[in-house]
Amino acid sequence: MTFLFYIFAALALIGGIGVVVNRNPVSAAFAMIVSFLGLAALFIQLDAYLVGVLQILVYAGAIMVLFIFIIMLLDVQAEERRKLPLFSALGAGGVAVAFAALLLVILTRSEVGTASIPALEAIEGPGTSDVHRIGELLFSQYWFPIQVVGILLLVATIGVVVLSKKELK
Amino acid sequence: MDWQIIIAASIKIVVFVFLVTLPLVAMSVWAERRVSAAIQDRVGPNRVGPAGLLQAVADGIKFLLKEDFTPDHVRKGYFWLAPALVMVPALMTSAVLPFGSSLFGERMVIADLNVGPLFVFAVASLSVYGIVLAGWASNSKYPFLGGVRSTSQMISYEISLGLSVVPLIMIYGELNLSSIVQYQAENGWALLPLWGEGLSFKGFLLTIPIVISFIVFMTSMFAETNRLPFDLPECETELVAGYHTEYSSMKFALFFLGEYAAMIIGSGLAVTLFFGGWSLPFGWLTPETVDAAVPWWHGLIHIGTFFAKVIALILFFIVIRWTLPRFRYDQLMRLGWVFFFEIALFNVVLTALLMWWLA
Repeated sequence: MTFLFYIFAALALIGGIGVVVNRNPVSAAFAMIVSFLGLAALFIQLDAYLVGVLQILVYAGAIMVLFIFIIMLLDVQAEERRKLPLFSALGAGGVAVAFAALLLVILTRSEVGTASIPALEAIEGPGTSDVHRIGELLFSQYWFPIQVVGILLLVATIGVVVLSKKELK
Repeated sequence: MDWQIIIAASIKIVVFVFLVTLPLVAMSVWAERRVSAAIQDRVGPNRVGPAGLLQAVADGIKFLLKEDFTPDHVRKGYFWLAPALVMVPALMTSAVLPFGSSLFGERMVIADLNVGPLFVFAVASLSVYGIVLAGWASNSKYPFLGGVRSTSQMISYEISLGLSVVPLIMIYGELNLSSIVQYQAENGWALLPLWGEGLSFKGFLLTIPIVISFIVFMTSMFAETNRLPFDLPECETELVAGYHTEYSSMKFALFFLGEYAAMIIGSGLAVTLFFGGWSLPFGWLTPETVDAAVPWWHGLIHIGTFFAKVIALILFFIVIRWTLPRFRYDQLMRLGWVFFFEIALFNVVLTALLMWWLA
């Protein structure tokens, strides 16, 4: 199904370009959602159903909704009227070219595209789907990083609550 | 590339989504009007066809033939995109619902994903964009307020909706909706554990968290589909018509249909998770395994059972709408964040403790 790959890769790329090119913040945010949907479809094509669905559920369905919510509430329009400063445009262009060069160097020197992908190890357990595998790994091999990430998120949440409650007192 | 699979999938998509779900949407609009009429001691639409059954067709023709007016002050592109964004996710979620066991050796589910409930939540969470865009693109006060309200409401209740399903998934140990239905067909529906393994002390005890789950799930579903008592985004007394104030003709009808389509798919998910999907009670006519061949008349009975349950739940949605008064907005948010979120979290812990104790 290579043509599907090209369709969704194009979708992701067009969305990505749209984020950069659009001056209207809401349009830019929507281009980002399109890009996320394309990425999710690519993940699903790789049989990584859980990752693809989480991409939609978390990024497109939750985080971007909040982005658009805030953009709409603040009614940001200064960005649309502002002229593009020459210095930052040149700087951004330079960074983009440097990144592209870096990617090219890495891709030509590595084995990507020539070496075969290592086979997944079978995991003992009740199910064999990717959800079961990821769950199994998260709660056995990677239990410590998961706890750390959880505490990090909790700290961030408490921080937000503390900061936003301050004005009330 | 197997053309047989593609043809079979296309037939299933056309029949299930366009020939069954869409007419069901039209019929539930008719049912809504008839039931509301009965509750309010009126007659309701009864002129077009027998008992007014063809009213939906008349409405559809009316919407299509009306002048499609686009106000001058709207953001045109997004204004046109919004109704489609409400309708499409609602129909897309139907892809993973198993609406029957199998018919002529073909599984009666469009895409048998291993992440069924997650897929439904993921795609359903995209439907909020249609409402947000409608509110923003209309570029006037009431639609904007409606859009803002619906965004915060849907984000808030998505959390308890997702958490309410976790106990069920823990009990089934499975995210594949077909396997979940097969398990319930053999071991008792989640809410009716009266046969198989469900008929035991363990089964009865695990019904406690499942009932809590069901209450949280159904309430969140009402909030997610913007149905009364939680229809604050479009509440007439405060916001004229909320996010679709500026819309007319078929674009308005698409918002309407999208709401009902979301309701039908929500009922389908509730039936699949809590009421054993297509299975008959007491293990009657249950196939041996998920992909076992069944006689064609068993398959037809299973499909009929699924839709009978879905229609019963839709009627429940409708009766609730005409029974309960609307919540105030701050009450709605407090209910979501302070009550249902905690209940759902506590329920996950309770299920874990019960399963650990019974193991």
